[in-house]
Amino acid sequence: MQDKEILERLKKIVTPYTQEKSGLEGFNQSTDFIKDLQINSANLVDVVLDVEDEFNIEIDNDSMDGMLKVEDAINIIKSKRAES
Amino acid sequence: MNHEHILSRLPYSQPFLFVDELTEVNPEGATGFYRFPEDAFFYKGHFKENPVTPGVILTECMAQIGVVCLGLHLLTQQTTEEAARFQIALSSTEVDFFLPVYPGEKVKVVSKKEYFRFNKLKCSTEMYNAEGKLVCRGKIAGMVFLKDTEV
Repeated sequence: MQDKEILERLKKIVTPYTQEKSGLEGFNQSTDFIKDLQINSANLVDVVLDVEDEFNIEIDNDSMDGMLKVEDAINIIKSKRAES
Repeated sequence: MNHEHILSRLPYSQPFLFVDELTEVNPEGATGFYRFPEDAFFYKGHFKENPVTPGVILTECMAQIGVVCLGLHLLTQQTTEEAARFQIALSSTEVDFFLPVYPGEKVKVVSKKEYFRFNKLKCSTEMYNAEGKLVCRGKIAGMVFLKDTEV
């Protein structure tokens, strides 16, 4: 799966949890979930659960802790998909 | 922890404790009761001359029984040392209300775990009055964790 496709699917997932909608306009690798989109830590859990469903992977606690930016999420998704 | 133990470890006291009794707690959910005393502080102002239990208090009651008691059970099964480190923060509520609760009424709260992942405990909770009629229902979530002990 191409990064671009993952990026588009991620954007769809985070949209309902995003408080700062302007952060979605320039949604890219360096978008920070908390700073740019103002998603709180509780809603970030829901993002991760939706990512698990969407990409059919399981995300562990360590990966969750390292998921600050979109590029982190893309890397995690790719490595988990490669494992399975 | 048994039911009495969970109650004694709740991080609330009067006038903001809204749990009298827990009748069921297991990894999948919790059930408990609370009777709203006639002289509770909020009846003086909600409403003037017409005391009705505020929706936020009903929500709080559901959160204390349904999320906090369950969170204590899930996180601190072993020791009182763990219970002393228990921390909770409410993260979201989405509740619909169907019937009023008047001073002196006893309610039953039934909560079912939706998920407990990455420290977020989300539950679907329902409250019933003494006649068994639905008072309110909704999803309540909180972040629950054990505070790191200082070294």
